[in-house]
Amino acid sequence: MEHSIAAVQVRPSAKRKSWKHGAMTAGTLGWFLILVLLPVAALLMEACQSGPIAFLRGLQGEAAAYAFWLTLWTTILAVVINTIMGVLLAILLVRYPFPGKTLFDGIVDLPFAVSPVVAGFMFIVLFGPQGVLGRWFEAGGIKIVFALPGVVLATLFVTLPFVTREVVPVLREMGREPEEVAFTLGAGRWQTFWKVTLPTIRWGLIYGITLTTARALGEFGAVLVVSGNIIKRTQTATLHIHQEFTDFHYQGAFSASVVLGGISFVLLLLTEFWKKRHKL
Amino acid sequence: MPSRSGRFALSSDALIKAAVFSYVGLLVILPILAISFQALGQGLGKIWDDVLQPQAWFSLRLTFLSAVAMAIVNAITGTAMAWVLVRHDFPGKPVVNSLIDLPFALPTNVTGLMLVVLYGPVSALGKFLKVRGIEIIYAQPGIILALLFVTFPFVVRSVQPVLMELEKDIEEAAATLGAGRFATFRRVVLPHLLPSILTGVALAFSRALGEFGSVVVVAGNIPMKTQVAPVFIYGEIESYNPRGALAVSLVLLLSSLIVLILLNLLQRWGRERGT
Repeated sequence: MEHSIAAVQVRPSAKRKSWKHGAMTAGTLGWFLILVLLPVAALLMEACQSGPIAFLRGLQGEAAAYAFWLTLWTTILAVVINTIMGVLLAILLVRYPFPGKTLFDGIVDLPFAVSPVVAGFMFIVLFGPQGVLGRWFEAGGIKIVFALPGVVLATLFVTLPFVTREVVPVLREMGREPEEVAFTLGAGRWQTFWKVTLPTIRWGLIYGITLTTARALGEFGAVLVVSGNIIKRTQTATLHIHQEFTDFHYQGAFSASVVLGGISFVLLLLTEFWKKRHKL
Repeated sequence: MPSRSGRFALSSDALIKAAVFSYVGLLVILPILAISFQALGQGLGKIWDDVLQPQAWFSLRLTFLSAVAMAIVNAITGTAMAWVLVRHDFPGKPVVNSLIDLPFALPTNVTGLMLVVLYGPVSALGKFLKVRGIEIIYAQPGIILALLFVTFPFVVRSVQPVLMELEKDIEEAAATLGAGRFATFRRVVLPHLLPSILTGVALAFSRALGEFGSVVVVAGNIPMKTQVAPVFIYGEIESYNPRGALAVSLVLLLSSLIVLILLNLLQRWGRERGT
């Protein structure tokens, strides 16, 4: 009885509510359209304006090829290392007690909070020619800053938390039981990890890897500071785009932007698509 | 058998711990300690002097004010977006939902490039606005626009899951008890969403304090006009003046540390609210 009264009371305002609903939906979507989608469309149009041949010509040249090649290898390296370390880190944070864990947990998030420029600067202070450790490395003939190891270090730093942050909640939700059952049934550590833990954390892990890849492909500030931006040596794809833009080679900057942004975006869309499909 | 597996477990535990601690130590803790000691080694007085240099101080002020402006706008629009995505039906909703993360996928300097293409002095829209006396690119509005773009998903993605779990029953109960729609929102829904809104805002704020790529492309590097703190630091490094860079870096680092601690408290508050 009470329930039906509530239903009756809700109904008269339904029409007015739907009008307000419509206005709110339109306003919010309009804001998103203007803020995010319009600039994306502007770049796409500008890049394709002179036709596909001009678009492709923008990607030509040794500097562009080298930049994309360097970004590819740096990304692969960062993804492999930070996937392994990220999973271990997540296991440590969820399964093992140790003193100072809350603090350590916070430290793992720091790369998200630190400005990319400050991140790059930190590596210069530490590993630069006058740096605390840099002097020592330099004496041994190893260059880190303004060289390829610096590019890799900066990328590793900015992508460190992604895998851990995606895997930790899944591990926590999974609990200890499945692993303990596997142990009891005589499975070894590796077997338990491969057959029980990994399948459970799979989707979180894949999502974390996608985010790592997108960020590694697109990192700009930290790499700019640490690499010295040396063409055909330490210049990655984002730095190449910046160089083309500041040199007034707009077609080159636009074409490379579309390719690089497109790759990251397609990766992200695919992951979301898989994720949804898997849940259904 | 048990003893063997026990010994194996012990050694691999120690191995995992050693590997993880030394990795995080080398990659994160050591660099942060190095830059902090380098800055503090000059003495607090000198750091304070460097921070108070007009250019440095201006860049820090501009960074914080822009971040606050961004945070207010994103708190409102992000919550509205999450609300529309969870509660309203419209054609193409799944597409919009997956496009929300677009700003996270794009390299930051590509974002800057996009805004320059759209609003720059050469574009049709840029010319239209310039005639009316509105300058966006190489001016302060461009900074806020770039910050709004790169931080857009934070509040949406933080509020969305909480809103999904929030039972519609509570709101209906409030409505049945005679509360108007606005009163229901303010008294019932908002308190529930507040921890998640603030979490999203804090994440966005911390990102905005450090944002470099999009802002340097959009706003340029004009001292005392569009130079934000990360761009100032970059300029000082490029001109071999590590002192100014160190002091401002230290301020930014401390600020992100404070935001992180606040975030931690917020999440704890949210969890207590949840149960």
